Amino acid sequence: GSIDSTIRCWDCRSRRPDPVQVLDEAKDGVSSVKVSDHEILSGSVDGRIRRYDLRAGQLYSDYIGSPITSVCFSKDGQCALAASLDSTLRLLDKETGELLGEYTGHRSTAYRLDCVLTEQDTHVGSASEDGHVYFWDLVEGSLALSLVVGRGVVQSLSFHPTLPCLLTATEGHVQLWREETFQPDGDTA
Amino acid sequence: IYLVVGEQIKKPVPLQEQTVKDAKGRYQRFHGAFTGGFSAGYFNTVGTKEGWTPSAFVSSRQKRADRTILGPEDFMDEEDLSEFGIAPKDITTTDDFASKAKDRIKEKARQIAGVVAAIPGTTAFDDLIGPSKITIGVELLRKMGWKEGQGIGPRVKRKPCRQKPDPAVKVYGCALPPGLSEGSEDEEDEYQPENVTFAPKDVMPVDLTPKENVHGIGYKGLDPSQALFGVSGREHLNLFGGGSEDTSNLLGDLRHSKGRKLGITGQAFGVGALEEEDDDIYATETLSKYDTVLKDEEPGDGLYGWTAPKQYKSKKRSEREVKYIGKILDGFSLASKSSTPSKIYPPPDLPRNYRPVHYFRPVIAAGNENYRLQKALEESTGKLESDMTQQSRHALNASQRRERLGETGLKGPAPSVLEYLSEKDRERLKEVKQASEQQMKARMLPHQSRNSRFQPASPADASHKWQMLLGGQSANAGSSDFKPFARNPEKQKRYESFVKSLKQGEKVDALEHYLDPSMTEWERGREQEEFFRAAMFYKSSNSALSSRFTRAKYEDDVDKVEVPRDQENDIDDKETAVKMKMFGKLTRDKFEWHPEKLLCKRFNVPDPYPDSSIVGLPKVKRDKYSVFNFLTLPEPTTSVTQATNEKIQQNNSLNKPKKPSRWDVSDKEKEKKDSISEFISLARSKVDVQQQPPVPATEESGTGPSETLPTEVTNEDKDQEEESRPPMDLFKAIFVSSSDEKSSSSEEESDEEQQPTTSVIDSETTKQVDLPDSSSSNLQENVAATTASSVSLLPTSKQELDATEEFGPKLPPAFSSGRFCRLLVRKEKHRKNKEKHKTKREHKHKKEKKKKHKKQKNKGKHKIKKLEKDSSSDTVDSSDSLNDTDTTGLSPKELLRR
Repeated sequence: GSIDSTIRCWDCRSRRPDPVQVLDEAKDGVSSVKVSDHEILSGSVDGRIRRYDLRAGQLYSDYIGSPITSVCFSKDGQCALAASLDSTLRLLDKETGELLGEYTGHRSTAYRLDCVLTEQDTHVGSASEDGHVYFWDLVEGSLALSLVVGRGVVQSLSFHPTLPCLLTATEGHVQLWREETFQPDGDTA
Repeated sequence: IYLVVGEQIKKPVPLQEQTVKDAKGRYQRFHGAFTGGFSAGYFNTVGTKEGWTPSAFVSSRQKRADRTILGPEDFMDEEDLSEFGIAPKDITTTDDFASKAKDRIKEKARQIAGVVAAIPGTTAFDDLIGPSKITIGVELLRKMGWKEGQGIGPRVKRKPCRQKPDPAVKVYGCALPPGLSEGSEDEEDEYQPENVTFAPKDVMPVDLTPKENVHGIGYKGLDPSQALFGVSGREHLNLFGGGSEDTSNLLGDLRHSKGRKLGITGQAFGVGALEEEDDDIYATETLSKYDTVLKDEEPGDGLYGWTAPKQYKSKKRSEREVKYIGKILDGFSLASKSSTPSKIYPPPDLPRNYRPVHYFRPVIAAGNENYRLQKALEESTGKLESDMTQQSRHALNASQRRERLGETGLKGPAPSVLEYLSEKDRERLKEVKQASEQQMKARMLPHQSRNSRFQPASPADASHKWQMLLGGQSANAGSSDFKPFARNPEKQKRYESFVKSLKQGEKVDALEHYLDPSMTEWERGREQEEFFRAAMFYKSSNSALSSRFTRAKYEDDVDKVEVPRDQENDIDDKETAVKMKMFGKLTRDKFEWHPEKLLCKRFNVPDPYPDSSIVGLPKVKRDKYSVFNFLTLPEPTTSVTQATNEKIQQNNSLNKPKKPSRWDVSDKEKEKKDSISEFISLARSKVDVQQQPPVPATEESGTGPSETLPTEVTNEDKDQEEESRPPMDLFKAIFVSSSDEKSSSSEEESDEEQQPTTSVIDSETTKQVDLPDSSSSNLQENVAATTASSVSLLPTSKQELDATEEFGPKLPPAFSSGRFCRLLVRKEKHRKNKEKHKTKREHKHKKEKKKKHKKQKNKGKHKIKKLEKDSSSDTVDSSDSLNDTDTTGLSPKELLRR
């Protein structure tokens, strides 16, 4: 994903310098790209989530309105989570594009912030510009946890794919969070 | 393991054993040379193992006689002289002799023809095409004793030659075989018996025709002898052709023929098509061409040389100078007869004041109508000059070209006859016209009851209609960047002013002022209609009508650009959808997308379009200035919401909730659904699902946390859109025709159809029961009117029903939107409820529930009926829902019309 509003796919095996395919459907810079086994999910500043389904040969474009900062698949591959600059996270049904959930409370207006899903798809997490990391219950949509990480913007966020383990980056610090003692049920950080 | 004894495994021959031997058993190595790929010489050196050794010196004083002349063959390898070498020595049965004779004869013929032919030299190519046989004439001549090189005619006595060829002529090239010495020639020249006659000389006839072509002097075109053989046979052609025999000519011929006998002659590879032929410096310059003896200048008269007596000279001169005064060039003689002088046609006389540069002088006559025209033209085109210059001149119309050229407008027929009339007369005319039109309409109306809309109406009527249709909607038309006539800025400007005035609600007559006055009346009428249509089209592009038409996918034209076939729709609708949190079909665009094959491979996914060569989104060619480039047709919003609602319904009621979330249906509704599901038997579950009114869905949106003001706005918008939909008559006109076929069967179904109507009325009445406690009075009126109209309109809707049954289960948006309309009414109710008493919500839900139950009961009845008539139940069922929706959907329109 590039700021020139293209997504470029290179073939690592052939080591050719030019891309195999250029996906230039986006009208503005591409802020986030995720790849599943047969899809390419991308969020663009033009406020659209585009999902290229290679198996079906289709392009699905979902309009969100606000510039997308980050997209990610759910672990079951059914949903797509999108963070946008209107301080909202949206969980969309991948197949139909319907809104399944909306998560607010954090602040995301200027920075390109990450959003994550936990390893069990139970919670939705997002970085915030107020130095917190917020976690919502995926089903309820209620704020489950706001984790104080630092004072500045939490630039990057990453969740372990199988373990309850979080990695944050803020103000020159990279922190690894692993607290099992908080609640046995789910709210890990 | 079995091993067969004696079986030899074939091994590839190693490289060092891959050898080739020549005829004498010597090894040869492969070599990349031309001659068969073998080595030249001894391992690419000279011929011996010792290398090159100079031959021992032999004094030529004693052995002068057997002096050996080294030819090219002496430096050749044996292989070169063998059968496949470059100079085979074998005796081959070629037609060398015959071909040579043929060449000589043909050459002669060609030379004669070449001079006479229209394009000199073309005959050279005949040789390439013509047969290579000797003609029978030549054969006969030969039989009669003729030999090549001889002339034809009686044998003559010959004068002794005065000049012998130089005995020490050096022959370049390959040496002659010793047997063929020049002795015979010498003998012939020296020995001159008295009684021997000779054949006449073979002389080229000199062409003395006057030069009439435009070639340079002495140009002969492609000289075949030069081009094809590199032999100069004609250098010493005696132009003066005097009586004396010229032996050099004969000798030249002889030498020529001699040279042809040699095996290797001429240039190795010939002359390329693109290179000029060089002078053959070796072959052509023989000493025989030069005079070795001083002799007289004039070969024609051999009596005296340049030291001739004066009288002799002057006598010769005077004879010429009688005719021609001036110096005659060497090699030229005076023509015997003068050529006819070519006729000269003098150019026409130019007028005295003629100037070779043409310019147009704009002349504006001070006439009355001309002035008006001028002004109008200035108004219409004045500022657009700069834009117009960018266009190609082919895109201009007559008036634009006129403008650019600075010409005055046509004086002949004025724009219309009306221009000449006074204001009063014009008014009167118009009145008369309108009156007559009214009459016409009145007469026509009874004949065409409701199809009148599709008859060609008079312009006034049409514009009225348009105006009505456009109504307040056109307020947003034209002001935006919608430019349907962008190609013609003048027209676009006219259109914009036209739309502006339309917005302000001016009369149609006033609107005509915005049209180009220089056009004819017919043109103006057409343009007006065009403008109306454009305005209408743009307006209705947001409504459902435009969604019915799909763009042509394949067009070929010159003036086209490649644009993506599917474009993401405009964002306006989507934003409203996002505000309403109605994600799903509204916000989704789905395109065909072709992934690169390699990408598929790397993703380990089969290529979805194995036959296509496209990568990415498929593109189509489209008109550069097409209206469609400015319009993006949005999805039909109403029908889509309907569809999505239904889909949700399906998903939910089929007990397949995809994702659990708090936005899902509430518990109460789930209970309701359970009760519903009790009703639904598995066999016809799907039909019933479709039939269920999407009440839960609306409740969803109604009770959702985000039901705020924006929705109100959008709802109203939608209402407006509903109103602006094309009239019902249109659908009727489309569908009514097919109803006749079904009329026979409709009787059968009539008793079934009675049921739905009652049910509809049922539901409406329940609504009315609901209303008094909460809603305002006008709403109530609305609903009341709805019911009334629904009852009154039933017959027509029935017709429609019959018609639409043919079109399968899927509902056209016109009908489904009707349902949506009713939903909106309800929604409004909800909202009002909420605003008034939020606590009442629970209560209302119960009511809704009650209503539902009632409906369910109705449906239960239906089902019993359905069980009776199993075969036709499906269609009837769907028709039920249709009927239900139609009646309500029609109502607002009917209200408007009254």
